[in-house]
Amino acid sequence: MSEIKIDKEKCKSCMICASVCPKGLIKLNNEHVNHAGNKYVEFVDKNNECLGCALCAMSCPDMAIYEVLK
Amino acid sequence: MEQTLQQVFKRPEPYKKNYNYPFCAGCGHGVVLRLIAEVLEELKIHTKTIATASVGCSINLDKFYNLDIVGADHGRAPCVATGVKRSKPDKIVFTYQGDGDAATIGFNELMHTALRGENITTICVNNTNFGMTGGQASATSILGQVTATTKNGRDPKISGYPAKISEMISNCDGAAFVARVAIFSPQSIIKAKAAIKKAFECQIKGLGFAFVEVIAACPTGWKLKPVQALEYIKNEVTKVHRLGIFKDFTESMA
Amino acid sequence: MSKILMKGNEAIAQAAINAGCQCYFGYPITPQNEIGEYMSSKMIEIGRTYISAESELAAVNMLIGAGSTGTLAMTSSSSCAIALMQEAISSMATAEIPGVIISVMRAGPGLGDITPSQADYFQSVKGGGNGDYRTIVLAPSTISEAVLLTQKSFYLAMKYRNPTMLLADGILGQMMEPVEMPEGNAFSTVNTDEWALDGTGEGAQKRDGRSLMSLHMGDDILERLNHRIFKKYAQIEEKEVMYENYLCDDADIIITAFGTVARVAKSAVNAAREKGIKVGLFRPITLWPFPSKELFATAKNKKCVLDIELNMGQMIQDVKIALNGSVPVEFFGKTGGAIINSSEIYNKILELSKEKQYGTNLAASI
Repeated sequence: MSEIKIDKEKCKSCMICASVCPKGLIKLNNEHVNHAGNKYVEFVDKNNECLGCALCAMSCPDMAIYEVLK
Repeated sequence: MEQTLQQVFKRPEPYKKNYNYPFCAGCGHGVVLRLIAEVLEELKIHTKTIATASVGCSINLDKFYNLDIVGADHGRAPCVATGVKRSKPDKIVFTYQGDGDAATIGFNELMHTALRGENITTICVNNTNFGMTGGQASATSILGQVTATTKNGRDPKISGYPAKISEMISNCDGAAFVARVAIFSPQSIIKAKAAIKKAFECQIKGLGFAFVEVIAACPTGWKLKPVQALEYIKNEVTKVHRLGIFKDFTESMA
Repeated sequence: MSKILMKGNEAIAQAAINAGCQCYFGYPITPQNEIGEYMSSKMIEIGRTYISAESELAAVNMLIGAGSTGTLAMTSSSSCAIALMQEAISSMATAEIPGVIISVMRAGPGLGDITPSQADYFQSVKGGGNGDYRTIVLAPSTISEAVLLTQKSFYLAMKYRNPTMLLADGILGQMMEPVEMPEGNAFSTVNTDEWALDGTGEGAQKRDGRSLMSLHMGDDILERLNHRIFKKYAQIEEKEVMYENYLCDDADIIITAFGTVARVAKSAVNAAREKGIKVGLFRPITLWPFPSKELFATAKNKKCVLDIELNMGQMIQDVKIALNGSVPVEFFGKTGGAIINSSEIYNKILELSKEKQYGTNLAASI
């Protein structure tokens, strides 16, 4: 039942968060870009798998993942 | 169920509300800066901190930190911080520098600040190149590293050997805490934060100069994708710039 | 006020201490070593900061650090090493960080010689560092005046949040003479609460972070900043000009000179006056802001201006700009550490009066 919050405007789609997520719940949105012109990632957790480990937030260079609730 | 959720991660307090990180995708600066802010908040010292920014990508502190900040010229941040600390000894003073700044143009200043045992903290982000100017070789570039000025890889016959700054600083008697950490995995980030925290505790206890060298990625300068850059740190850079705590007086002299 | 016998360099150091200087950062270079030596004992004795820096670069950047917290601080050096400090002086100007720099000139260019000179007029007044900025420059001609102007340097630096330089030469630094040494600070303390760095504070005192930066990137940010700072410079030019006018009213020839040379020139003026030659001395005390209007007014309808310097002619450019072609300008100078004596100046005055017909009552006296 955990969740992460992503500020897509801060995301630069470096994909480091996706590389550390143990459940593979962070996906690149390939269709849109944010106001800065960057692609951004989305949190996709249909089966409530997120552990709330915060590894993604800890690794995010831009604090685009700005909150983790566990 | 929503109400039972605990906040396990948030943006740290010392940031501006509308902060702007002017860094490239995957840049290691962002993580290091966040760790510093987290440590300042945890130690409850951010309201009495004066930061010294330096030349390079590290100059941008005022774009996102809600701290008192003075900018220093190329390599001179330890001197500026010395002036700040000597005139305001009760404040927490740190320099935020890159390897081009601290280990290349400002190495003399860094060494002498360590030798004086100046009671300040220096966080040096070592990404083994001059990031802001386009990825030229710096003093810490590793042998074989391809940069804008070592296009066939750093050759010691042409451009000498990499400076291992933590080892050299730890030889200065005035240095009380010296560590080299890296940002390439969640575990390494936890270790980096612990070292940064000790470096500030060292200053709070008045033990002398505290220095943390953080090996961090410069995907743009290295011409690697962000995730590949982390692999490069793990597999290449840390083979030359070995991680570890080189000196720690915080335990013995606490 | 009673007078004490002091060496110029030491008098400057003591004046700084009396002005409330909390931090001194220095690196040895002749001919100003006595300042650092004096500070190394006196500042420590009274619980203030003295640092023997690893270089002049380090010293002047420590000055930036102390200045950024609103603390009175200074460094001192000489010619080729003041050259090393210029990047920081330029940064101080744009970041609006105050600081006092004592420059005791020796001969140049390059490492030159340790003998006295005035060849760093351009270096101190015309920038030295990069970009559009001004350094406030004060030039004393006696040790007592150096004491007063040292104190004034701190006041002006803090008042205008700008680097301020006391420009002395090796003669002034090395000679001894009876000095009037005021006990405390002759100037009032400037409040720095509005800008100085001391942490963002807590509770009711909490405020947003402040930054004092030398880098200003982005759309027209630097352009706007430079315009704002030049408004400040205009105020300084309006309010802070200092100069001395000696026997100029009825003079035919006006000598322009600063620092020690002006003092020597004064003796020559007196000697010439005894011979009936009407000559006066105009001495800029602030080299920036330069007393342009005052010089123009003083030299109006005069026959000639004689500029005398211990260099190949530097201040003469500002003299000519001030006069704007209204009066002919002659030059007499010495370079490479040679010193000008009063009889040489007297002879130059005679030459101008006689051969160039700038004097009026030639027949009477010569």
